[in-house]
Amino acid sequence: MKFIAEINVMPLKEILDPQGKAVTGSMKNLDLAEIQNIRIGKHITLEIDADTEEIARQKVDTACKKLLANLIMESYEFELTAV
Amino acid sequence: MKFGVVVFPGSNCDQDSVDVLGNILGQEVVKLWHKDHDLQQCDFIILPGGFSFGDYLRSGAIARFSPIMQEVIQFANKGGYVMGICNGFQILAEAGLVPGALLHNDHRKFNCKNIFLKPQTLDSLVTNQLGLNKALKIPVAHGEGNYFADADTLKMLNDQDQILFKYCDEAGNISLESNPNGSIQNIAGVCNKQRNVFGLMPHPERAADSLLGNQDGLGIFESILKTVDA
Repeated sequence: MKFIAEINVMPLKEILDPQGKAVTGSMKNLDLAEIQNIRIGKHITLEIDADTEEIARQKVDTACKKLLANLIMESYEFELTAV
Repeated sequence: MKFGVVVFPGSNCDQDSVDVLGNILGQEVVKLWHKDHDLQQCDFIILPGGFSFGDYLRSGAIARFSPIMQEVIQFANKGGYVMGICNGFQILAEAGLVPGALLHNDHRKFNCKNIFLKPQTLDSLVTNQLGLNKALKIPVAHGEGNYFADADTLKMLNDQDQILFKYCDEAGNISLESNPNGSIQNIAGVCNKQRNVFGLMPHPERAADSLLGNQDGLGIFESILKTVDA
């Protein structure tokens, strides 16, 4: 079976996100100063062949833990869809 | 003593390291291609600065899984000496060979300038010939040099004397103003618990040749030779 994983990687809450801070700062230039605390992460999609959803989930989880996210500075979550 | 400098696609300080070790210090030095699996009996491995794999995903994250890194990690785990400079430090952190991580600079600008660096311990292979009171002028060139470690890790680093360098001003004051990237506790370099793996963001290999007018970085390499050859 083929699955698509949609992965979100976000900077941990306690870590300064300078990119998000800069974009938050620009909101007042759009007259949208009420928008606060923008945080910017990564959205990653991938395809995976696996016999079961559980195996696909384990493999995506391994990819996230080992490479796609650095757990010292980021957290991740993902959704898996069969195609 | 034989040094090996690993070359990844996007490394750009490999030749500087080779030049310092080979031409200035007269050591045997070879380049090691990242796709190889042979460390060629080197005694000391250097992961050089640069932008391996274009800094894609996170700096150092992809290089950490280059073929030769299997051998570098095994070598380090057996007590072999490894030093990562700038991108090399990021690769070591991604590999878990030194604690912590390197985040984007807090101001989000690329840093390319001379900074001052204060050794924090003389009890390491790379600092034993330095002084604790002299500020060293060394260049930095990085966008992701903001050292981060959680509170437990920081405590461990301090308790076990693993902090090698902190950013300071010319007079040696370690202050907020002298911190070029937002690094926690002004940390510029650390070693692992076993004290055989070293990582630092500044570039001592760019401050070692008298022709360049600054040799403040040479002492780091001389420390290595002094200890190992003694």
